[in-house]
Amino acid sequence: MDRRILVIGGGISGVQAGLDLAQMGIQVTLVEEKPNIGGRMAQLDKTFPTNDCSTCILSPKLVELASHSNVDIFTCSSIEDVVKLDERFQARIRKRARFVDEEKCTACGVCAEKCPVKVSDLFNKSITTSKCISIPYAQAVPAVYKIDKEYCLYLTNGKCGICKKVCPADAIDYEQKDTIEAMDFNSIIIATGTEEFTPQIRPEYGYKVYENVLTSIEYERFLSASGPTNGQIVRPSDGKLPSQIAFIQCVGSRDVASGNYGYCSSYCCMQATKDAIITKEHNLTIDSTIFYIDIRAYGKDFDKFVDRAKTEYGVKYIKSRISEILEAPDTKNLIIKYITPDGKIRIEEFDLVILSVGIRIPDKSKNLLRGLGVELDEYGFCRCSTFQPGETNVDGVYVCGTVTGPMDIPEAVVSAGAAASLAARGLLSPDTSSEIMAEKPGEVDTEAKPLNIGVIVCHCGTNIASVVDVPSVVEFSRSLPNVKFAHELLYACSQDSIRLIINKIKEHDLNRIVVASCSPRTHESTFQSGLEKAGLNKYLLQMTNIRDQCSWVHQNTPELATQKAKDLVRMAVGKSRYLEPLYELYSDVNKACLVIGGGIAGMTAALFVADNGYQVYLIEKESELGGNLLKISYLLPEEDIVLALQRLIRRIEEHPLIELFLNANIKDIKGYVGNFTTNFTTNDEEKSAEHGTVIVATGAREHETESYGYKTDPYVVTQREFETVLKNKNPLMKYVNSIAMIQCVDSREGERNYCSRVCCGQAIKNILQLKKDYPDKDVYVLYRDMRTYGLREPYYAVAREAGALFLRYEKDRKPVVEKIEQGNFKIKLFNEILGKDIYLPVQLIVLSVGIDSLETNGQVAKMLKVPLNEDGFFNEAHVKLRPVDFSTSGVFVCGMAHGPKHIDESIVQAIATAAHALTIVTRDKISSEAYTASVDESRCSGCGLCVEVCVFGAIEIDEESERAGVNTLLCKGCGTCVAACFSSAIDLRGFTNKQIINEFQELFL
Amino acid sequence: MEKKLKIVGFLCNWCSYAGADLAGISRYQYPANIRIIRVPCSGRVNPLLILKCFQEGADGVLVSGCHPGECHYKEGNYYARRRMLMFKNLLDYFGIDKRRFNMSWVSASEGAKWADIVKKVVEDVMAASQEKTDL
Ligand code: FES
Repeated sequence: MDRRILVIGGGISGVQAGLDLAQMGIQVTLVEEKPNIGGRMAQLDKTFPTNDCSTCILSPKLVELASHSNVDIFTCSSIEDVVKLDERFQARIRKRARFVDEEKCTACGVCAEKCPVKVSDLFNKSITTSKCISIPYAQAVPAVYKIDKEYCLYLTNGKCGICKKVCPADAIDYEQKDTIEAMDFNSIIIATGTEEFTPQIRPEYGYKVYENVLTSIEYERFLSASGPTNGQIVRPSDGKLPSQIAFIQCVGSRDVASGNYGYCSSYCCMQATKDAIITKEHNLTIDSTIFYIDIRAYGKDFDKFVDRAKTEYGVKYIKSRISEILEAPDTKNLIIKYITPDGKIRIEEFDLVILSVGIRIPDKSKNLLRGLGVELDEYGFCRCSTFQPGETNVDGVYVCGTVTGPMDIPEAVVSAGAAASLAARGLLSPDTSSEIMAEKPGEVDTEAKPLNIGVIVCHCGTNIASVVDVPSVVEFSRSLPNVKFAHELLYACSQDSIRLIINKIKEHDLNRIVVASCSPRTHESTFQSGLEKAGLNKYLLQMTNIRDQCSWVHQNTPELATQKAKDLVRMAVGKSRYLEPLYELYSDVNKACLVIGGGIAGMTAALFVADNGYQVYLIEKESELGGNLLKISYLLPEEDIVLALQRLIRRIEEHPLIELFLNANIKDIKGYVGNFTTNFTTNDEEKSAEHGTVIVATGAREHETESYGYKTDPYVVTQREFETVLKNKNPLMKYVNSIAMIQCVDSREGERNYCSRVCCGQAIKNILQLKKDYPDKDVYVLYRDMRTYGLREPYYAVAREAGALFLRYEKDRKPVVEKIEQGNFKIKLFNEILGKDIYLPVQLIVLSVGIDSLETNGQVAKMLKVPLNEDGFFNEAHVKLRPVDFSTSGVFVCGMAHGPKHIDESIVQAIATAAHALTIVTRDKISSEAYTASVDESRCSGCGLCVEVCVFGAIEIDEESERAGVNTLLCKGCGTCVAACFSSAIDLRGFTNKQIINEFQELFL
Repeated sequence: MEKKLKIVGFLCNWCSYAGADLAGISRYQYPANIRIIRVPCSGRVNPLLILKCFQEGADGVLVSGCHPGECHYKEGNYYARRRMLMFKNLLDYFGIDKRRFNMSWVSASEGAKWADIVKKVVEDVMAASQEKTDL
């Protein structure tokens, strides 16, 4: 039976879930309301904490999804209704009319150029206008225009019709109607995401009243190089460059007082920090001030990012909640009155104010979710339980992304992987391979044949031909040596053109094809498949871009453009003479998975892989399973952790496909994706396992401190120890009347300059337990920033209501503990508001000591050739979009090995790694890239420079021959090794020295 | 003169080539002197290729990749940056005016920046070659 899953929502989490499923060989139908996929990430300028360009990293993913043979994308579409019939869901999908034929539109843009109607540009947050027929942004996927039927002159009163007249592809269809399609699905993933708050919920900030008050997402569009101002930062009121910008945090979030939302939106602190940094990079004269309640830089390397903002970019952070903004009528500057942490009132003027708006679930999605019978929390989030992240109360309906609670991009990507893993359960088995290999007709052997080059020059309607003299380019091509055939086509990419190319290849016995048209980034695969159909190796194609990089950018100099087009064609012909057929290398995949670490992450990952029918070897260095969880007694929100853990351990022990090795030590790991061999000992017995993938779940441990008298006084304990005190109703509580909790012990400075993420939540959890059992005991929390992010925030409010007192301290003014006697302390703390020291008499001190990475990570990292960050945690392949992968294929990471995190977060990550491991073990064979490096052994001196520069661990020096060797399956084809080699012994297939040299030599003939 | 200058641009596929495409999509106009060669990563470009380019007759060479830290292959552009800096410093010894060689970072969303860079590079190369003819 058809294995098909419905993914609702085309933001980054829906896209990722779709991709993961497609790669497991499952059919995916993705439904998106908007005309394009990509969601809010497409609107961002850059992403924290690396300031990667958002479009650069997102676009390839979108293209990959859209071109995947297992994926159907429905844009401009929504779900009419869903019914469940015998374990399957039947959904009706409404596809709204675009009035543009998706198959025909080439996104040339002529229609929009000529369209007389301007409408407000929603993608750019209405900062500018777009045309009534438009595409949201240049790289939108699918690249298809759409008519706004409300404003279209033709559709509203039958006049105009210009777009239809000018469209060279005949793609405009005013008669298009909404359609409804019914389809059957095994399961459903909901990734409908969130919307930003409308800042009008805080009218005192004057949004839409004062011109120079913007939301964070509007500001992102200003910063974006492809945004409405081309990346110029300007004041909306007068177009001038601002010099003082204020960011106001928590607009809408953490705001029960004004009747809004009690949760924290999680990412806004970092977004403001990023925007302040980018602002400075745009223009050194602009200063930024961020008004915040707590700086929640809880993620990996986030604190370092904030530090850089302060020290390198001069960003000012002021802890203050702004109650009102006023506008100076003459200058339209904004006046902010605020109370400084030391209680003084200050007034400052800014010329631009950015409101950091949080996110909420739109009513539409709430209705959709409720319609499916999914239970929602008081805010409308589909909050999952700690041990079942991604699952809803409805069987077969899963959730990911911000619909489950506020999160940043990598967390959304991780949750998407987890949802894919969950939704795929029961659909995979080792007997059915996911590979759907398209039939390839027998390839013609081109080696011995003389060069017969065919050149196709495309008009792209008028896009190329209106500037470049296409016939003369064709004429010129014919004059080039080895060119047997040259031809011009109106649309080279259309079906009939491809057919013509195929016929011409056969007719003229062509064995190299040059296509001069648009960008290979979007159209190479189209032409390549044409070559394949004609029996040619698809790498015998060479494209050259005479549209985006010629006719479109030299519109005013047609002669020069034509000359350049000729040059480009001759360069492509020059390279094509040296093209060789390339082949992906296939290698068998061992279907087992090795999981290192038997804590919560490792156990979860193991179960998800094994439950799908694949063998798992689970290696734990201790004598029992459970890891850190063994030492935890309570959870926030309350759940029975002991029972959950017992159940998990029992399932592992009883699982027929999980082989468990305790007291195990890894000796070495050899091999590469699909074919690893690991030697290890278990209970001193030598063992070896063969497997296709590796999941690293080695965990982390509580930090050992010597600060504040810990180790010398039994009344100074860690949060974890305090948890046990509470659980055992330890008699020592009798002598304790007041307790001080000190946060960030040895953290966020010096050697351990990172946030351990879990301690604030841990403190709140213990306070709530304490107040439950001992309501009369006092508790003070001495903190730097309370980082109860996301849906943990409401618990912080409960703790305050329960009477816990939160007192802030600065990094350089730490609390001082004076021990009067055992179990009797006086804590000195500087109080900013009073401007002097205060003294707290307490009997018990609880330290939030945070998490340390394991010393042994280094060895594992070396064996697997994967990197660690400076704090000793494993570094993923990409912070945003590949959060559980390593650059080295087939190796994944989850849990605290990757960085400190809460239990539910470790579990989500673990399930996501299982999904990624499954995308490999479900295949019979894995293929390499076609463009890979190869070594000419006769020239290699074995110096090892190439080994050093390869971040993919793909090159090794053979011990015997002392020559470098490339593991084709690991090589990603960047060619850095080629450039590094002193002996010209390495070359990159598809981009060889010879090919490149011949490409430019043509220019100077 | 300006019309005849031929400048070879080595652009990485993932950022700069995409940025140049975006310049086209956005119709940013720039001088037609540049001829782009697509390479997977700026790290692929070795100084020898560039030298060869000059030898063959290029008036200018531009290498453009992803912004530091954003390379599709993680570190390729760091290697490129290091090599190209060294290389640029050696150009004088080869008797090649430094202004004829440039390196830039252009992301997939920086179409306008790409257009500006080409303009600037053409000016630089122009200045260098004019001085040469003046001599
Ligand atoms: S891929 Fe752009 S520089 Fe490496």
